[in-house]
Amino acid sequence: MSEHNSNQPVTFQEKLEKNIWALILATAIIVSVGGIVEIVPLFYLDTTFEDDMHPEYEELSGVRPYTALELAGRDVYQREGCYLCHSQMIRPFRDEKDRYGHYSLAVESKYDHPFQWGSKRTGPDIARLGGKYSDAWHIQHLMDPRSVVPESVMPRYPWLQDATVDGAGIEKRVKAMRVLGVPYTDEQIKGAAASVEGKTEMDALVAYLQVLGTMIKFEPGRDYRD
Amino acid sequence: MQAEQQQYSFEIVKWFAYMAVVYLVVGTGIGVYIASELAWPVLNFDNPYISFGRLRPLHTNAVIFAFGGSTLMATAYYIVQRTSGVRLWSDKLAWFTFWGWNLVIVGAVITLPLGLTQSKEYAELEWPLDILIAVVWLAYSFNFIMTLSIRKVSHIYVANWFFLAMMIMVTYLHVVNSLAIPVELFKSYSLFAGVQDAMIQWWWGHNAVGFFLTAGFLGIMYYFVPKQANRPVYSYRLSVIHFWALTFGYVWLGAHHLQYTALPDWTGSLGAAISLAMIIPSWGGAINGMFTLSGAWDKLRTDYILRFLIVSLAFYAMSTFEGPVMSSKTVNALSHYTDWTIGHVHAGALGWVAMVSIGAIYHMVERLWGTTIHSVKLVNLHFWMATIGTAVYITAMWVSGIMQGLMWRAYDDYGNLAYTFVESVAQMHPYYAMRAVGGLIFFLGACVMLYNITVTIRKAVANSSAKEAALVNATV
Repeated sequence: MSEHNSNQPVTFQEKLEKNIWALILATAIIVSVGGIVEIVPLFYLDTTFEDDMHPEYEELSGVRPYTALELAGRDVYQREGCYLCHSQMIRPFRDEKDRYGHYSLAVESKYDHPFQWGSKRTGPDIARLGGKYSDAWHIQHLMDPRSVVPESVMPRYPWLQDATVDGAGIEKRVKAMRVLGVPYTDEQIKGAAASVEGKTEMDALVAYLQVLGTMIKFEPGRDYRD
Repeated sequence: MQAEQQQYSFEIVKWFAYMAVVYLVVGTGIGVYIASELAWPVLNFDNPYISFGRLRPLHTNAVIFAFGGSTLMATAYYIVQRTSGVRLWSDKLAWFTFWGWNLVIVGAVITLPLGLTQSKEYAELEWPLDILIAVVWLAYSFNFIMTLSIRKVSHIYVANWFFLAMMIMVTYLHVVNSLAIPVELFKSYSLFAGVQDAMIQWWWGHNAVGFFLTAGFLGIMYYFVPKQANRPVYSYRLSVIHFWALTFGYVWLGAHHLQYTALPDWTGSLGAAISLAMIIPSWGGAINGMFTLSGAWDKLRTDYILRFLIVSLAFYAMSTFEGPVMSSKTVNALSHYTDWTIGHVHAGALGWVAMVSIGAIYHMVERLWGTTIHSVKLVNLHFWMATIGTAVYITAMWVSGIMQGLMWRAYDDYGNLAYTFVESVAQMHPYYAMRAVGGLIFFLGACVMLYNITVTIRKAVANSSAKEAALVNATV
């Protein structure tokens, strides 16, 4: 500042420093660039989703909306903050393939409002948990994790067994999902309440866990990302 | 002092500053508890309201928005008045932000333990609270901008640029990332899904760090470090470069949270490349702050506030070096999903954000109440507890994080995975206990601060009312 003692603005920077509205405008423009470049193309580029890149891979069309019961389970998953300790995003590394299974595809979470990829593995990744254990194991594990995995630090969730899924509520939720573009049929919406009748939150959560990562039957040797 | 009290609205600053310290105690207290739950899971007590998954969002919201937000409001209102030479544009609007912000916090304390959440990290609060946040945030920004517009000095001081950038960017982030369809009063679904939702979330997530927890606190640094050292900022040019490079660059970094995921490779790589480049503006800023002490380094021996400020800059420099390293693809493959990330966040949150805030609050308390601190010894004790607590915390997380990463990818001689996942969990126990102890030390330090400034304020208030009483008696 010292070299410009005259009152006339000399540099662009000086002009900004003397005019709050210009400074706001310049800052607002500068901070919007990165987000626009990184986010907007994801909505229109053909390379974002694997089924746009490879329409000939029929197994990719196996991804379907969650059933009403699975959706109710997913809501429980969010409510209990499961995503804080379990990721649902397998990276294309040898050890992750051996430990968890095929790397995750973008198309697999295209109906996930919001996404549940997670950011931390205090517990293991569960992107392909579906079908690995029986329903009975899951219930036992959720009731008392250390009874089946002694070293586990997971909390117990006994209250899931006592709460029933709200039929009217789940119908509203399925409808909201359709507003968001998830292709539920009229029959699915009509049948939503009946399909969760008498089910506990435990049943719902287990149904959700059992579908994770099972919708695509992967073709061995196929490269889905290039 | 009295003239200054009348010229500026300091009452609002006092309330926000004091609440910031209260929330520091609360937020770190919850942090210690959930850290202990990971070390000793029995502490979940089979109680839904205090289980880890519900309390963890309360911890992050309490430290970021309750403590960090109150600090940012106190300091922005303080700095903008003193560097503009005018009173706040609107006292009423400022009080609206105080009660509105605290209402958001009360809402968080009630809804998060009930499991009412949008499940987006650091943006968990449901849509009615999101709307309230947006209104309060705009009121705060508007008041700040209008105060600058009626300033009595020709140039807008550098600290205000950083606050301004934070206000603009956080408005963008909060509005876009919170877009959702409400289903019930406290249940909504994100407008976005899957890969796009992930990118938007981490664009928000990393800029909650970059703008809320960095740009805003750099505004604090640019005012309080020169003020406390009684020296001008080391380099004006460096601060110009720091400002524009940081505000332009930070926005790109979110994608580095999603490397090797189903996010297209170009986005993650772009995020990583800009992350590496961010070392330059970050270190430029850290150097600018530290070199402000040139010729006055001896003050560190006696000035307890300066110690907090300078150590905060050291942690800032350390974590802004660590961050780019962790975002490089090779390191990220190891560090992602591990406790190393948690350690990195806390190096920034405890070492940088909390330390610079603590320094600024001690500085303001003496000036706002026109007094000296009750006990310098207790401030020194706080300084060592905060420093040691942070060091213990991040060391524990470095060890556990790197160990996790190495165990997960280890193979034995026969080409099988060397460890099951749960073996890595078992190995974490001593480090989770150590982390809880580090956090506890930091938390107790915050309690010492709360006690010290409470006594300071009570004494100051008693003193001034005694003076007033004497004045009244004299006139009678």
